[in-house]
Amino acid sequence: MSSINELRRLPGSQRGARQQNKAAFLFLLPWFVGLFGITIGPMLASLYLSFTDYNLLQPPRLSGLDNWTRMLHDERLHKSLGVTFSYVFVSVPLQLALALGLALLLDKGVRGLPFYRSVFYLPSLIGGSVAIAVLWRTMFGTTGLVNEALGLFGIQGQGWISEPGTALSTLVVLNVWTFGSPMVIFLAGLRQIPTSLYEAASVDGATRLRQFRSITLPLLTPIIFFNLVLQIIHAFQTFTQAFVVSGGTGGPADSTLFYSLYLYQRGFGHFDMGYASALAWLLLLIVGLFTAVNFWASKYWVFYDD
Amino acid sequence: MTDRTATAPRPLAVDRAHAVRRIKRRMRVPLKHVLLIACALTMLYPVLWMVVSSLRPNSEIFRNAGLDLTHLQVENYTNGWNAYSEPFSHYMINSVIVVIGAIIGNLFSCSMAAYAFARLEFRAKRVWFATMLVTIMLPIHVIIVPQYVLFSELDWVNTFLPLIVPKFLATDAFFIFLMVQFIRGIPRELDEAAWIDGAGHARIFFNIILPLMVPALATTAIFTFIWTWNDFYSQLIYLTDPDMYTTPLALRAFVDQQTETDWGSAFAMSVVSLVPVFLVFLAGQRFLLRGIATTGGK
Repeated sequence: MSSINELRRLPGSQRGARQQNKAAFLFLLPWFVGLFGITIGPMLASLYLSFTDYNLLQPPRLSGLDNWTRMLHDERLHKSLGVTFSYVFVSVPLQLALALGLALLLDKGVRGLPFYRSVFYLPSLIGGSVAIAVLWRTMFGTTGLVNEALGLFGIQGQGWISEPGTALSTLVVLNVWTFGSPMVIFLAGLRQIPTSLYEAASVDGATRLRQFRSITLPLLTPIIFFNLVLQIIHAFQTFTQAFVVSGGTGGPADSTLFYSLYLYQRGFGHFDMGYASALAWLLLLIVGLFTAVNFWASKYWVFYDD
Repeated sequence: MTDRTATAPRPLAVDRAHAVRRIKRRMRVPLKHVLLIACALTMLYPVLWMVVSSLRPNSEIFRNAGLDLTHLQVENYTNGWNAYSEPFSHYMINSVIVVIGAIIGNLFSCSMAAYAFARLEFRAKRVWFATMLVTIMLPIHVIIVPQYVLFSELDWVNTFLPLIVPKFLATDAFFIFLMVQFIRGIPRELDEAAWIDGAGHARIFFNIILPLMVPALATTAIFTFIWTWNDFYSQLIYLTDPDMYTTPLALRAFVDQQTETDWGSAFAMSVVSLVPVFLVFLAGQRFLLRGIATTGGK
C-alpha cells in the first residue's frame, strides 16, 4: 500500500483516519445533497405519488393501486411499450453492428483515421438535437430528400413520416446514424488486443476470418457488452426525436408514441402526475430488468481475461 | 492449433496461397478507402444538404436532392433570425447562460466528489461508489415528476435554476466517474510529498490534483457544453415562457406553430443552432475522443 496509509499507522494516525473521513464528507457534500435531495428523494416521492391521484393543484390523494391497475387497460400505454420495444430491439443491434463493422475497418492504421473517426463520430453528438430532428422530418416527408433520391432510381417514394407503417423506421435510421460513439469505444477496445496474438495466429495459418472469430470477437465481448447495456438504456429514453418529428403527438396513429413521450403527455400535458409517477416507476423496473438480464446473460458470452 | 502433420507437407500450396493473399492485400487498402469514403459521404450528406438547403428558396428545397446552389437565398437567415418575438440571438444567449452555469457546476461539484472517491478513504466508500455508478444509468424520467413538483414549490419554473443548480450538486455522475478514472492515473507520490510537507486535503486538491487533471476538466466542459446545448427534455419541462426559451425550444416552436412552415428559415436557424456544437467539437475533439474511449460516454 502507499505510504499515506503507512503514515496513518504512525502515532496519532487515528486522527488522520478521522480527518480523512471528515475531508471526504466535505468533498462529497454537494454530491450527497444532490443524491438525496434531487435523486433518491424524488425517486421515493414518485413511488409514493404512484399510489395517489395528483394534479399539482390539489394535494395528492391516496388512490391505492388504481394507477397500477389502470395500466392494464391503458391501450396507449401498451402501444407505447410496443413502439419502444421494437425501437430498442431493432435499432440497438443495427447500430452496434455498424459501429463494430466500421471500427474493424478503421483499426490497424488506415490512413486518414482521425478524419474518418471525426466524421463518423459527429452525428452521435448532434443526433439528439432538435435541429437534426427538424432535418429528419423534412428529409423523410412526402416530398423530401429521401424520395428525391429514390426517384433517381425510379422508385416511387411515400410519406415516410406520415405513414404509421414507416414513421418509426425513420427514427430507427436516425439512431443507427449515431453509431459513432459506440464505434469510438470499439476502436479503443480493439487497440487493447495485443498484436502478438494475431502474429501467433497467422504463424499457425489462421485465416483472417478465423482470427476474427477466435481472437478479436472473444476479446471484444466485454466492450460489446458495455455498449449493449449503455445503448439499450439510452434507447429506452428516446424523446426529442419522436417529439419533434411527430409534433409532440407521437403520431401518426401513435406509431412514434415512445414511452417517454407518453409519460410526458400524461404528466406535463394532462398534469396527471400520479399516473405519470407510476409510469416512471414502470420504466425504471423495465430498464432495471433489462440491465439485470443483460448482466446475468453476460456470464454465458462475455469473455473476461482474468 | 490444428494438427501440423496435415499442413506441413504442402510448400507449393502455401506459396500460392501467399501470392493470392498478397494480391488480396494490395486490393484491400483501396477497397477499404472506397468503402469508408462512401460511408462518410452517406453519413454527412443529410447535414450538407441541410446547409445547402438553408440557402435555397423554399420552392426548391423539396425538389432538389443535390448540393448545387443556383439561387442563393441569404434571406432565409435574416427571416429566420427575426421570425420570433425576439431575435434568435435572445434564445442563443439564454442557452449560453444555461450552458455556462452547467459547465461551472459540473467542474466544481464533480471534481470534488471525484477527489474523494479517488484519493480518500472513508466509511462505506464502496457502497457510495456503487451508488454513484448506478445513478449514471438512472433514467431522468423516473425523477422528473417529483423534481418538477419540488422546483415549482420553490418557484423555480421558468427560471434557469432547475437546469443549473442540479449540476452544482453533481447529478451528472458520469463526469465524476470520468474524473475518478483520470485521478487514479496521477502518481500518488505527488500528493504524498505534499502531505508530508504539511499540506491538507484542500491544498492537495487545489494545488496538485486540479492543475494535473486539466484534460479531464476539458473533457467534462466540452461534453457538458454539447449535451446541455442540445438538451431538450428538461428545458421543455422547465421553460414554458417564450421569453425564457433556449435555442432548441425556439427552434421547435418555430417549426410547430406555423401551419405553412418556412422550411428555408427553419433550416437556416437549425444550422445556426448547430454551429456552436461544430466549433466546440472541432476545437475539443481530442479531449472528447479520449474521454469517450476511457469511460464510454453516451
